[in-house]
Amino acid sequence: MDVLLDGVAQAFSLLFSGDAETWAITLLTLRVSLGATLVAALVGVPLGAAIALGSFPGRRVLLAAANTGMGLPPVVVGLVVTVLLWRSGPLGGLGLLYTPTAMVIAQAVIATPVVVALVAAALQQVDPEFLVQMQGLGATRVRALLALGAEARLPLLAAAMAAFGAVVSEVGAAQMVGGNIAGQTRVLTTAAVLATSRGEFGLAIAFGLVLLLLAFAVNLVVTLAGQR
Amino acid sequence: MRAAIVAIVLLVLAACGSPAAGPSAERSLVLATTTSTQDSGLLDDLLPAFTAATGWAVKPVAVGSGQAIEMGRRGEADVLLVHSPAAEEDYVAEGTAGRRLLVMHNDFVLLGPEADPAGVRGATVSEAMRRIAAAGAVFVSRGDDSGTHAREKSLWEKAGVAPGAPWYQETGQGMGATLRVAAEKAGYTLSDRSTYLTQPGGLALLVEGDPGLFNVYHVIEVTKRAGERVQPEAAAAFADWITGPDAQRRIGEFGREEYGQPLFVPDAGEPDPTGP
Repeated sequence: MDVLLDGVAQAFSLLFSGDAETWAITLLTLRVSLGATLVAALVGVPLGAAIALGSFPGRRVLLAAANTGMGLPPVVVGLVVTVLLWRSGPLGGLGLLYTPTAMVIAQAVIATPVVVALVAAALQQVDPEFLVQMQGLGATRVRALLALGAEARLPLLAAAMAAFGAVVSEVGAAQMVGGNIAGQTRVLTTAAVLATSRGEFGLAIAFGLVLLLLAFAVNLVVTLAGQR
Repeated sequence: MRAAIVAIVLLVLAACGSPAAGPSAERSLVLATTTSTQDSGLLDDLLPAFTAATGWAVKPVAVGSGQAIEMGRRGEADVLLVHSPAAEEDYVAEGTAGRRLLVMHNDFVLLGPEADPAGVRGATVSEAMRRIAAAGAVFVSRGDDSGTHAREKSLWEKAGVAPGAPWYQETGQGMGATLRVAAEKAGYTLSDRSTYLTQPGGLALLVEGDPGLFNVYHVIEVTKRAGERVQPEAAAAFADWITGPDAQRRIGEFGREEYGQPLFVPDAGEPDPTGP
């Protein structure tokens, strides 16, 4: 019990005493997670929309693949990205391993199937006649799609939040491709793991609470904006 | 909807806008090392001083000695700081490594429950391990190919015991986690002294001081023979610095104030107990 209370106290003192390291770790967590969510959205929304609205061979197979991908084990993603980014690997020349960019790449791979599957599910919920009606009313295809997006905006935001939630709380891949390097690639989850292995349980719980507060703040902003 | 998009774009810009903190990529080296140097806090003490002295930023990757040596073998690291002498010698003999220099030592200790059900307190380490096996008392092993795990396996071998289920249990985790598992299960375990001192977990120190428990750390340079992208000049800078007077003094001081004894003993330039 003492450890839990200690953790809560420590979380607030880290945040509000302006502990520079904690803020740097929190900011990096935000950068990596939002970056990965953005990449996942840029790739996943068109793909999900195509699967939901299009009719082409292999559509259902793709949908099943995206649904399976929601359960992609992050450790496996981390391992594959690590091997690709190794100095001796095919992308080794870029020198990306153990950088925040590598973390964004791995996290985006984890989040993209989540976006594809949830976007596809969201758009399939909309009345299939909607697009036809819009175009019947004289809307261009692009305008019709935008109207569809507005119609389904809450589930679309939910998809983005689910992707963000998946990456912000992820630790296995982040540790592998980032290396948990202090001041460079240490994020809240890997900092919590390190604190645990150092036996600093209060600090580990404090990092966990900061992570929760961060996730809550981001979701609050998105929710307030989306419900308007 | 528009407000949502604006909010998200602003958030993303805020997040991505600041350039990557940390030093530029071309002057940084990868140090593959063991969890004990990170978990004890030694790296936090040494690395900033190294960077200040040489201009090389360090990406320390803390893994077990086994994995660290594997990273060296593949040329994924520029320099290693490890404590698994037999595996190190095999690695150096393969011909891709550069210099291997003695840096420091501490020692391993055999820990167990205060009640000591197998009666090992004060015995030699071989005798202690035979008694644990004979009593079938729980022994928690790291089982992760780290330097500590390698030493533990060689100690079982020297004791003439083949450990096995159900009393022999492997965590597959680092030293801190393994100490806690051993404490929760009231079992015995082998730990390096620095991790034991920095996070005592309710276990008693039962066997220490046996010559078989000596724990030495070497720095090993990786060369271009292991991979094109290895930076030998970075490896040399790190090896020279950590065996030099400033780093050796820091190692000798580290932890002295907090634990009443240094966690590591600097050894650079001393005769190597594991051979040349």
